[in-house]
Amino acid sequence: MTTVQMDTAGEILTADNQPLSVALRKALFRQKVRALLLIAPLLLFVLVTFVWPIFGMLWRSIDNSIVPDTLPQTVAALESWTPTDSGETPPEAVYAAFVADMQIAAEERTHTVVGGRLNYETPGIASKFRQLGREVQDWDLARDGPFKEKLIATDEAWGELFIWETINTYSGNYTTGYYANSVDRRLTSDGITARDADESIYLRLFWRTIFMSIVITISCGLLGYPIAWLLANTLDRYANLLLILVLLPFWTSLLVRTSAWKVLLQDQGVINNFLESIGITDSPLPLMHNQFGTIVAMTHILLPFMILPMYSVMKTIPSSYTRAAKSLGATDITAFRRVYFPQSVPGIGAGAILVFILAIGYYITPAIVGGSTGIFISNRIAYNISSTLNWGLAAALGGLLLLMVMVLYWLYDRFVGIDNVKLG
Amino acid sequence: MTINLKRVLALLAFVASMGLLAAACGSSDSGDSATETSSSTDSTADDSASNDDAAADDVAAAPADASDDDPLTLVSWGGAYQQSQINAYSEPYTATTGQTFIWDESSADAVAKLRAMNEADNITWDLVDVVGADAIRLCDEGLAMEIDFDSMLAAGDDGSSATEDFGEYLISDCFIPQIVYSTTVGFRTDLVGDTAPTDICALFDTDTYPGKRSLESRPLNNMEWALLCDGVAKADIYDVLATDEGQDRAIAKLDTIKDDLVFWNAGADTPQLLADGEVVMGSTYNGRLFSAIEEDGQPIGMLWDAQMFDFDGWVVPAGLPEDRLKKVMDFLYFATDTQRLADQAKWISYGPARASSAPLVGQHADLGIDMAQHMPTDPANATNIFVTQYGFWSDYRDDIDAKYQAWLAG
Repeated sequence: MTTVQMDTAGEILTADNQPLSVALRKALFRQKVRALLLIAPLLLFVLVTFVWPIFGMLWRSIDNSIVPDTLPQTVAALESWTPTDSGETPPEAVYAAFVADMQIAAEERTHTVVGGRLNYETPGIASKFRQLGREVQDWDLARDGPFKEKLIATDEAWGELFIWETINTYSGNYTTGYYANSVDRRLTSDGITARDADESIYLRLFWRTIFMSIVITISCGLLGYPIAWLLANTLDRYANLLLILVLLPFWTSLLVRTSAWKVLLQDQGVINNFLESIGITDSPLPLMHNQFGTIVAMTHILLPFMILPMYSVMKTIPSSYTRAAKSLGATDITAFRRVYFPQSVPGIGAGAILVFILAIGYYITPAIVGGSTGIFISNRIAYNISSTLNWGLAAALGGLLLLMVMVLYWLYDRFVGIDNVKLG
Repeated sequence: MTINLKRVLALLAFVASMGLLAAACGSSDSGDSATETSSSTDSTADDSASNDDAAADDVAAAPADASDDDPLTLVSWGGAYQQSQINAYSEPYTATTGQTFIWDESSADAVAKLRAMNEADNITWDLVDVVGADAIRLCDEGLAMEIDFDSMLAAGDDGSSATEDFGEYLISDCFIPQIVYSTTVGFRTDLVGDTAPTDICALFDTDTYPGKRSLESRPLNNMEWALLCDGVAKADIYDVLATDEGQDRAIAKLDTIKDDLVFWNAGADTPQLLADGEVVMGSTYNGRLFSAIEEDGQPIGMLWDAQMFDFDGWVVPAGLPEDRLKKVMDFLYFATDTQRLADQAKWISYGPARASSAPLVGQHADLGIDMAQHMPTDPANATNIFVTQYGFWSDYRDDIDAKYQAWLAG
């Protein structure tokens, strides 16, 4: 046996005369570097394709640079003006600056873009900008003033306050207006005010999305647990067959499955026709185009995501524990409740968080079977991206969704613990 | 087992270089995003997928080049409409010039995608088919090229210039109209009782015509019909709708039938709902109803009253490189002349936008029936029409939509 060397301070030395603690630190550091290099491609990929677009989206949700970039002189002139209760329009300097800006903007075809952006906040602005753009290019800045009367002569709307108030409210490089809109408020010159009830949809949709996702997670858990238990505890040949049956819908197209639910659930569909034919109901039950339809279809689609984590955890539970419990006098139910079930909780945790986060972001299935009351917030985000092109609002809604999921994740960590999540 | 650092680094370098090679080769493909469903004629999920899927992006395989030229990328709506364009425009052109085409079915998201392409400075589309409202929006944002109609498009076969031939259908400087289509109501002939509905207000009359109805999930058209049936004179409708009270009035009228309403997102939804018997009447585009009635033989009737006219046509994306622009303008000249627009009517019942094409509209290519009577522009059908007010809707769309969606979700 080699003798252990020691240095003057009493520390153990390695074979090449380094103190053990130093050598250990260096070795651990090298291991960490190796590990980092191994995951470096994946990390880079995630940073570029995931983290950076998210920051891009968050930036879009506060970015308002289109207004000060297109109308710089107007914004500067409006700084000294505040909308008062007397309803006074801005001074001539503002109008002159505005005409100067509009001439340049009309030349570069950006006046309608900024008009469209302002139209999201106050309807009617887009057409005023478009019409003015056609006329303003012929005006001479030096000689055709004063421009206040000239503008009001072309259209009365320039003598009213709404256009100037909107430009004034949205004149900074950054704005909280999109976030205000996404929680059913409006940014005005008096600060953030509430919207009318008949225009408020987003808070309701957020709540509905969370509620339906929770219901879907619970129903997936209740339906998936027995299947996972069966998969883990029967003979191998039955378990293999069962696993194929679980995975087969997983490999089928999402749209095919959702359309199949349409055929089953609609008023003249299979389920309603069957119930009517055996006499249980005389008119069709509303199974689709509402929240029920969305929950049923999404439970079916997300079930494999719940079953597979639970199964892989249950597979690692030794059956000797349950047998030991029974040999000590526990009934089947007590053995399950006190010995088996607590060991399967990490799998339930993994499945639950997976299903919940997937469910919150879904929009194809709710769009097809949800009707008008069963849609999720993601449907509105998609609508704002594709139809209204209000990317700022879509980004704000997306940012809020992200925040919500992060808060829920933190809560989950506090009460269940992320370390209690296993995938087998 | 110890980890050999040199081997790991060599492996990483190899993987990284493979990844770079793959990325460099992959990014030179054009931005095809054909949806995962095929372009069949009427079907349910297909069209709703092409409207609201963003996850299922597949790169379509480019057809084998028949000539030395690169294929042009044309964007349209898929389904029967795109097929009619292929039959009438691109196949004859390929036969004479050898130019090949790739068809992308992204017209539903065209505006958003063109804006994104513009920001990324990489325009991969050559010609885009959009509806009138989208064309105006694209023109406003500078994403579509301005067209000089008389010099870039063919004159009419009757001697009129392009501007005269298209007439008032030239709603924007960037938009070349191809067809006039309308949103109309179809009804189940066997489920509406003895008297077929002839008036748009049958939609709101659940006593005479009990059963569900299907309306679009956007407020367009529904608000006008609601006000019309609430007693507002046709000439005043848009003035009333511009006010808060008018909008509330329209929504209140729609609320009277809300329990019987099913909402559609895609044009194929209503024909499917009618065929299934889910609804007794519903609105959709007239060409879809024509397909369901004549091609599929469904017991559906057309209610032409208060049909809403709209236009569908081409825009050229702004900022195309010179060589592609030249090829596109050559194709455009061919595809928008009098005979071609009349040819498209052989496969789908949408009216050609040129006045000179109307007398050339003949029979359906496969079914042999006269198409003229199925056109929205036919005098028998066009007794009471609305034309989409683009200016009004571009101003008030967001505002009315907020109220409409709040009512829907409530």
